[in-house]
Amino acid sequence: MEYRLEIWRQENSDSPGRFQTILYQTGDERETVATALTNINNTPGMQDINGNPVGEIGWECSCLQKKCGACAVVINGTPGLACDSFLRNYIRKKTIKLAPLSKFPLIRDLWVDRSILRQDLKELGLTAAGDFAFTDRNNDTAFEASKCLQCGCCLEVCPNYVPGGKFFGAAGYVPETKFLTALSSEEAKRLKPAYMTHIYGGCGKSLACKDICPAGIDIDRLLSRSNAVAVWGRKK
Amino acid sequence: MEKVNIIGAGLAGLSAACSLAENHIPSRLISVQPSERAQSVLAAGGINGALNTMGENDCTENHMEDTLRAGVYIADPEAVRGMTKAAPGIISDMHRIGVPFNLKDGKIVQRNFGGQKKKRTAYAKSSTGKMLMTALIDEARKHEMNGLIERYAHHELSGLLIQSTESGKRECVGVTVADTYSHTQQSFAGKTILAFGGMNGLFPGITTGTTANSGEAAAIAFSAGIRFSNLEMIQYHPTTIGIAGKRCLISEAARGEGGRLFVMREGKPWYYMEEKYPELGNLMPRDVVSRESWFVLHDPTCGDQVYLDMSSLSKEVWKDRLPDLREEVMHYLGIDPAKKPVPVDPAIHYFMGGIDVDICHRTNIAGLYAAGECCSQYHGANRLGGNSTLGAIYGGRVAARDLAETLMTLKEEHEDTENSEPEGNAADEKPGAEAVLSIGGILKESLGIVRDGEEMENGLEKLKKLELKASQSEKRRLYLAEAILLSALYRKESRGAHYRRDYPGKNDAFRGLVTAEMTEDGIQIGNMAAGEQ
Repeated sequence: MEYRLEIWRQENSDSPGRFQTILYQTGDERETVATALTNINNTPGMQDINGNPVGEIGWECSCLQKKCGACAVVINGTPGLACDSFLRNYIRKKTIKLAPLSKFPLIRDLWVDRSILRQDLKELGLTAAGDFAFTDRNNDTAFEASKCLQCGCCLEVCPNYVPGGKFFGAAGYVPETKFLTALSSEEAKRLKPAYMTHIYGGCGKSLACKDICPAGIDIDRLLSRSNAVAVWGRKK
Repeated sequence: MEKVNIIGAGLAGLSAACSLAENHIPSRLISVQPSERAQSVLAAGGINGALNTMGENDCTENHMEDTLRAGVYIADPEAVRGMTKAAPGIISDMHRIGVPFNLKDGKIVQRNFGGQKKKRTAYAKSSTGKMLMTALIDEARKHEMNGLIERYAHHELSGLLIQSTESGKRECVGVTVADTYSHTQQSFAGKTILAFGGMNGLFPGITTGTTANSGEAAAIAFSAGIRFSNLEMIQYHPTTIGIAGKRCLISEAARGEGGRLFVMREGKPWYYMEEKYPELGNLMPRDVVSRESWFVLHDPTCGDQVYLDMSSLSKEVWKDRLPDLREEVMHYLGIDPAKKPVPVDPAIHYFMGGIDVDICHRTNIAGLYAAGECCSQYHGANRLGGNSTLGAIYGGRVAARDLAETLMTLKEEHEDTENSEPEGNAADEKPGAEAVLSIGGILKESLGIVRDGEEMENGLEKLKKLELKASQSEKRRLYLAEAILLSALYRKESRGAHYRRDYPGKNDAFRGLVTAEMTEDGIQIGNMAAGEQ
C-alpha cells in the first residue's frame, strides 16, 4: 500500500514553511502515522516526490502507545496522536496531511513547544496545601482527571482558547478537577478566583474538546464536576 | 546553596527532586521531554508494599524475602530491607499526595502479582504508573513555584564533568547538557543524580519501553568511567504484544486477576505454567514464565504461539480493575480479551543491571548518584512486578537524603555558581540510524531468553568489527554493548534472567555482582559481593 504523506516542513519559527510530499510504502496493517515518521527518519537519503532530500523530520514521540501525549499533530485537519492514527484508516483517501499543532510556538516541522501548559497549571494554583482525601465517591473522578496527557489536542479544537489568552481550556480544568473534588473546601475556595478567570469565565461550552481527547477522558463530566465545586460551592 | 543536577524526570528523578526540596535543597530537573512523556507513565500493574490490607498477615519481612528470592540472592539484603520497610509508608505518601489507588470501604486494596504469595500490590486500575507520575508532577509543581525545583524539560545529557582530586579520587563536579530546541550547550556545576531509566535505546524497537530513550546517557556514563554491574540481567516480560515500532506490555495484573497462559498441544490448550508449577502457576516470577514460554515454543509437539486466556475474568474485574488493559488490546489487536485468547510473546521489559550503587545510591565517582532503572540495586537477577515503581521512588529518596546530609555539612563552603550561560553549539554528533540498528540487532541475537557462550562470543566479534568505522558517539555505544556481552560471558552460570544453555546450573561462585568498568586499559570485568561498594 502506498500513502501520500504531505508533511509540514519549517526550519524554525522565523523561516517560511511548506508542505513536502513523500510517497510512503507499507504492507503492515499495524502501522501508524508515528511508524511512518520513524521509518522515514531511519531512512537516510530519502527523497520527496520532486527528488529533493527529505532529511530528518522534527517531531516528538516517546511511548508509541498513546499514554504519553508526545506525538500530538494535526492529521488531515484534526488533532490527534500520531501513534493512535493507523495508516489503514486513511486507506480510501491515501493522502495524509500532517501539520504541527497551531496554538504553540513552533520549534521545527511538526515539533512545538508546549511549555505554556506547565505554566498554566501554576497560574491555576494547582498545588495541595493539605492531603488529598479519596473516597469511594470521588476516586473515579480523580483517576479520570489524572489521565490527562497534557498533549494539547483539546486546545487545538477549542474556539475559545487563544495563545496568550486568559482561558486555559480542558488541559487546565481536567487536572484541576482532582484538586477541587479531593481537597478540603477551604482549598477549593482558594482555587476559585483563578478558576473563574482562567476556566469558567472563558469557556463558551462548545464542548469541541469532548470527543477529541486521545486519552478518552470524559471531559464534560469533569467540567460539570469542577464547575459544581468551584463555581457553585456544591459538596464534593 | 549549590543546586543539585538531576538527569531524568520520571519517578526516580521526581522523587529525588521533591525529597531534596523538602530539605530546602534546590535542584535542576533536566529531561529530554517533560515528565508526562517519561517511561514511568507506562508502568501498569502497581506498587508493592506490605500494607497488609487483605487479611493475609503480610509483613515487610515477607516482602523482603520474596524480593531477594526472586532476584536469586544477588541483591544487597540490607538495601532490600530498607526498600521493603519503607514501602508501606511510600504508598501512604503517594495516596496522600494524590494517587487514586483502587479502594474498598475507603481502604487501599491490593492484588496478586508474580513471585509473591500474598496480595501486596497496590494499584490504580492498570494505569498505576500514570497515576503516580501525575501526583508526583503535582507535588513537584509546588516546589517549582517556590523556586526549589527548576525545570529544564528539553535538555539532554551531553557529558559529565569529572575531576581527579589530589588524592587521586575521581569526583563529579557537574554536567553538560544540550538544549534540544536551540542546540546550545551549557554546563551546570553541582552534585548530580542520574535517573535516566534503563537501556532500552540499545535495543531499538524490541522493548516495551519508550522510544525517547536513546541509550546515549548510559553510554556517556559508561565511557566516563562509572562502574556498572549485572549488565547481563535483562528482564523479558512474558506477556507483550507486537505493535508497530515496539512491544506493548500486557500487565502482569492480567495474570494476577486470573489470566492463564497456554499453548496448543495435540489440538488442545496446554496450561503449561499451571501443570509445571502447581503452587504459583501463572504467577511464577517473570524469568521463570518467560523461559517456560520459550521452552514450549521450541517444543516440536507444541504450537508456535503462546496465548493469554483472560476469558474467565469477571465483569467487575474488567470494569474496576483492568478497563484500560482491555481497551488497549482491542485498540491494537482488534481482539476483545474478555472473549478471545490474546497471542502474547516475551520481550525485553526491564534492566535489573545498570550503574553500580552502594546502599546510599552513591556511584564509584564522588558527588555522583544514580537511582531508578538506570542503577543496579534492589532487583538482583530478576525483578518482581510492582517493585520497579517502588524502587524508583525509594531510590530517589535515598539518594536525596544522602545528598542532603552531605550538602548540609558543606553549606558554608559552596554557593551555587550559576555558570549556566550557553557555551556555544553542542557537538551534534549522534550515532547514525544504521549503527544503532546494527548494534541493537547483534545484542538481540546474543542476549535472548536462552543464551550460550558461542553466540555471545560471535556477537562480541561483530561489535568489535563495527568499531573500525564507528564515529566517537558510536564507539561509546559499542563499548557499553560490549560490556553487556562481556558481563554475560563472565557469569558462567544460570541465575534469574541470565540463562545459559552451556552453563544451565546455578554456581554460587557467582553469587554476587558482575561489574564492568571502562578504564585506560579498556573494559574491565570483575566481581564483588553486593553491599561491598
